Amino acid sequence: MSITFDAAIADIRPAPAICALGSARPGFRGRIRGLRAFESGGLPAEEIERRLLELGFVEGAQVEILHQGLFGGDPIAVRVDAATIALRRREAAAILVEPLE
Amino acid sequence: MNILAQAQRDLRVALVGNPNCGKTALFNALTGSRQHVANYPGVTVERKEGGLTTPAGRRVLLLDLPGTYSLRARSPDEVVTRDVVLGTQDAVPPPDLLICVADATNLRLGLRLALELKQTGRPILLALNMFDIARHRGLEIDTDRLAAELGLPVVTAVAVRRGGTAALLEALDRRGDLAEAPLATTTWTPPDATGIRRLQQEADRILQATVRAPDRRDAVTRRLDAVLLHPVAGLAILLAVLFLMFQAVFAWAQPAMDVIDGGFQALGVLVGGLLPAEGALGLLRSFVQDGLIAGVGSVLVFLPQILILFLFILLLEDFGYMARAAFLMDRIMGGAGLHGRAFIPLLSSFACAIPGIMATRVIDSRRDRLATILVAPLMTCSARIPVYTLIIGAFIPDRPVGTGAWGWIGLQGLVMFGLYAAGIASALIMSFVFKRLLWRGTPSEPFMLELPDYKLPRWRNVLLALWQRAQAFLRRAGTIILSMMVVIWFLSSVPRPPEGADRPDIEYSLAYGIGHLVEPVLRPIGFNWQIGVALIPGMAAREVAVASLGTVYAVQDAEEDAAQLGQALAGKWSLATALAFLAWYIFAPQCVATLSVIRRETGSRGWMWFSFGYMLALAYAAAFITFQTARALGAG
Repeated sequence: MSITFDAAIADIRPAPAICALGSARPGFRGRIRGLRAFESGGLPAEEIERRLLELGFVEGAQVEILHQGLFGGDPIAVRVDAATIALRRREAAAILVEPLE
Repeated sequence: MNILAQAQRDLRVALVGNPNCGKTALFNALTGSRQHVANYPGVTVERKEGGLTTPAGRRVLLLDLPGTYSLRARSPDEVVTRDVVLGTQDAVPPPDLLICVADATNLRLGLRLALELKQTGRPILLALNMFDIARHRGLEIDTDRLAAELGLPVVTAVAVRRGGTAALLEALDRRGDLAEAPLATTTWTPPDATGIRRLQQEADRILQATVRAPDRRDAVTRRLDAVLLHPVAGLAILLAVLFLMFQAVFAWAQPAMDVIDGGFQALGVLVGGLLPAEGALGLLRSFVQDGLIAGVGSVLVFLPQILILFLFILLLEDFGYMARAAFLMDRIMGGAGLHGRAFIPLLSSFACAIPGIMATRVIDSRRDRLATILVAPLMTCSARIPVYTLIIGAFIPDRPVGTGAWGWIGLQGLVMFGLYAAGIASALIMSFVFKRLLWRGTPSEPFMLELPDYKLPRWRNVLLALWQRAQAFLRRAGTIILSMMVVIWFLSSVPRPPEGADRPDIEYSLAYGIGHLVEPVLRPIGFNWQIGVALIPGMAAREVAVASLGTVYAVQDAEEDAAQLGQALAGKWSLATALAFLAWYIFAPQCVATLSVIRRETGSRGWMWFSFGYMLALAYAAAFITFQTARALGAG
């Protein structure tokens, strides 16, 4: 399991309410604090992490959930800086975010 | 002529960029109609090449590579891009220059790709495409600073406007010496997560320093998505779009089809008048009239329908809607074990399974791709339309389903809709079965897809792509289908009946013998020997079955007058046989061209035979059940 964490910020502040993007509702806005990829869809954690990174889910990027599907609110459409990416909640669970006011 | 200039070879340039960066529009703007599409050897990835001449007179050979986010290739498409960039693609000599195309309105991922390309050591030029839209939205890009930070020359481009590529062409002239430069060795290795993260953070830093962007989304895209991606309204609109599309395929194509029909009929009559009906020349006349002209005409008549379907698909794709359709359908398709990205290939399969199967190459996972390839031929392709139309017209009464509120629904249309629905349902059921039986326990790969901003489709790009599709279809009609029609004509006309023969000519032919050979196998499903003869060429191309039935029943000009053949069939077939024939064609073992594409795409003869076998089994079972049930109910 690979964990990358924005350690500097986690140290000085009282732990902000970090949650997984996969469980957030439409309208949620936040900033990516880390990726905690796990094996999914027959792919190893490392590969999931690389795919998320390639689509711009990098620490520090700002995200917003724009839309969700009809069945089980899945998949979700996420604004990542200037791009919109569709993904399933399963994989979005690997993206750790800190809510923005 | 300057001998030196003549000795100078063409500059080889390749376009690389993210999906949706407007790369193909730029390619079209630079090469115009001087482009051709072929395939890379061994794979069905499209290889688009074109020529252009710079203002200084330098000739450039431009290659449009499939879109990618990284050189770390996952799909067959991306493998081609990686191999060409690294110079390891056998069929393509290493390019002298890479033009990295980036969407100026969405630079983040494009900049990371540019940084990754830099590691290959190849000469690179960064082109900021859609620069006009970026400016219109209030983005301020410091291109000089960007060039300095990246260490790459940067030009702006507007692919869709006249003169929008001037800066790019000038930059090409400045790099004209590259053809002589020795090839640098590449230091690129597939990046791990840390590597990608570092590149993206570097790209983000450069972006911060060089681009001032207003903090808002494209207003049009936001408003449209509020409706088109709405959980309920979005799905309803998607269904409406599909309904409109099929309506158009049937209604709009009719006038054009009538013209083509009439043209071939007139041509047949004209040629028939030139040659005598008797003697050795009579055989030639029959060959030209019934074999060549009628055969080609019976297939070309579907060109309008195929083009309309592709027009819709291309327009929706250019508009940016196709990615949304995949988003909306992901969960529904996932229930059947299909990937959300399989939606576009399956939709294309309504026109023809061949482009559908080729479109599966955007699916990364081999298993997900294979599942899509196996079920794509079950979608009702346009080649089945003539078969359906003929049988429905002959056997299903043309009356409303009910009275009053139901009066507007025709029974014939309902049967047609039912056949389409049966095709879709069987595709979903079979993919579910394959997932359970063949790949038990392996979950579907993650669905991740960029939803590009909407933009107005450009007619030039759409028409160019449409023309390329039309050419592919015409080539197919001119080769496989034509040759099959010739074979069928030959089998039904040779040997000629002896003098004073009292039975119909066909009963002396080879086709009669073949038909009787397969008849015992077909009897349980209600097929007679004439159908047996028609089924064989129907495997070369399904639509040929109609023309073959016409030839076998010796109805002159069958293809030109489907109603006449319909009347002949209505007198000779029972309703049960007709229904069984329809059921057979829902699953009809796919045509030879589809099978060869399956072999090429899967890289295995095994999967080709598997797909042939399972469809043949389904077709037989469906026809058997339909025939026996219908007969039991008194329709035999």
